[in-house]
Amino acid sequence: MPPLPASVPLSWYLLLSAVLFSLGVAGFLFRKNIITVFMSIELMLNAVNLSFIAFSYHLKQVDGQIFSFFVMVVAAAEAAVGLGIILTVYKNRSTLEIDEINSMKN
Amino acid sequence: MDAPLFLLFAFIAVASAISLVVQTHPISSALSLVGVMVSLAVLYLLLGAEFLAAAQIIVYAGAVMVLFVFVIMLLNAGTEHKSSKSPMVKWFGIPLFAVFIGVMSFSVQGMMPKSAPVVFGSFTQGGPVEVGRALFTTYLLPFEVTSILILIAIIGAIVLARKEI
Repeated sequence: MPPLPASVPLSWYLLLSAVLFSLGVAGFLFRKNIITVFMSIELMLNAVNLSFIAFSYHLKQVDGQIFSFFVMVVAAAEAAVGLGIILTVYKNRSTLEIDEINSMKN
Repeated sequence: MDAPLFLLFAFIAVASAISLVVQTHPISSALSLVGVMVSLAVLYLLLGAEFLAAAQIIVYAGAVMVLFVFVIMLLNAGTEHKSSKSPMVKWFGIPLFAVFIGVMSFSVQGMMPKSAPVVFGSFTQGGPVEVGRALFTTYLLPFEVTSILILIAIIGAIVLARKEI
């Protein structure tokens, strides 16, 4: 086994970001609970933030971090509104399963 | 010292993300998501983004996740029901997912074949002073628009949480 390098290349951070984003997509597609689907979206946003900050490091500019900050703010606002929508859906349908919320289909 | 820290916290992040996707109870998924966020905050520190690491802990792992756990508890969300999957999902889901990750990794590697190693401390422009200066000079207009966005989100959340709807 070769000795561990002292530092990792930047592309490893981007790979980690890609893997986390893919896992978020998988959770979004596979899960049935509406809250877990929502958490998968948050995971995707976090993965994108990691990419932004990695490129901010690469370009030695703070702008990427500002974008990441705005993503964070929008995610917080989105969580408040999204969870409000989930509460309303649960009040009206008494279910959290996304397969059962299909009144627009029939 | 950078590589072991990166590998440790990248491993924790990926393991927590897998746990988020495969757990059936929403509370377990929420706690896994907290694990992802905290380990990502450490990686932000390694990349020199001190302010965002703190904001990640406070805003994401603190406020947003408390909101999630609160709603899960409020709705008494239980374990997901097993649903009958179509055979295509059963046989092609995970292979297609592996292909997706492979293609993304390949394109990232192709895009940056010889990227410079990340050395902790070589980028020190991520503190509150520099972020604040950029936020209040170059990005002043988006910052102000964000306040309107948050106001709309507050009003929307209140309207949605009323009794009549």
